[in-house]
Amino acid sequence: MVRARSHQVYTQNIGKNGKNMNKEKSEKIKKKLSESSVGIAGLGGLGSNAAVALARAGIGRLVLVDFDKIEEKNLTRQYYFLDQIGKSKTIALQDNIKKINPKVTIDSYDEKLEKGSMEKRFRNVDVIIEALDSAETKAAFIEEILTKLPNKPVVAASGVAGYGHSDRITTKRLGNLYMCYDENAPSSDDDVLMAPRVALMANWEANLALEIILGEDK
Amino acid sequence: MSIEVNGRTVEWIENETIKDLLKRMKYTFPLVVVKIDDKVIPRSDFSDVIVPDNSKIAVIHMISGG
Repeated sequence: MVRARSHQVYTQNIGKNGKNMNKEKSEKIKKKLSESSVGIAGLGGLGSNAAVALARAGIGRLVLVDFDKIEEKNLTRQYYFLDQIGKSKTIALQDNIKKINPKVTIDSYDEKLEKGSMEKRFRNVDVIIEALDSAETKAAFIEEILTKLPNKPVVAASGVAGYGHSDRITTKRLGNLYMCYDENAPSSDDDVLMAPRVALMANWEANLALEIILGEDK
Repeated sequence: MSIEVNGRTVEWIENETIKDLLKRMKYTFPLVVVKIDDKVIPRSDFSDVIVPDNSKIAVIHMISGG
């Protein structure tokens, strides 16, 4: 009964006051997002979940880069299915996104990021999401993007391993670098990677990308 | 004569390299991204770049997982 009552309050509120304004706002957001693009480096736990969140939100174009194939152990946290084991992540993720939102344009590159040309596939996107696994590749990628594409916003994540401690995660902004950050988290070399925390940070990254594209929601 | 490291005011030391500063601050993480006054310093330059007086330094730890 409580449920029915709260539903009633909700519809009354938007019916009375904000309905037209909300519609105008949502149309504006829809248009802006459909004209925007996000590049994602790495399609594991962070990248696959961030890509799906952005596709559902209505992003116009995604640039997806990964060289890996899906393994059974990836299914504990990555946005793939049992019957996709052995497939390349770029192709599988593209298939999964098309089942959710076929309007997204997807440019996928089944290749490894090479030091010295890591920015190559990301020159023409509005926001870049770092979704790589090893600390070394993360640092190298961020360093290279910030140096070679100094005006490009980069969203990165550090400290995704383990479980719990959701409220230790913060956003740290340094110029064009936006970090989804928990400096007290363990390394994935020493701790488990599990869906809730990885997906939390993946969605945090996607949410930051939206904020950069659309401007702060006040 | 001071610098700011991750929001903390610390003493500035003449001719101190980034490598020395990280050691002094006891930042033991092997992988960090360092910005001085919003400019990224490539890791290969950590032992050459001298920390200027009055500068603002950001050190971000990169932890594996993704």
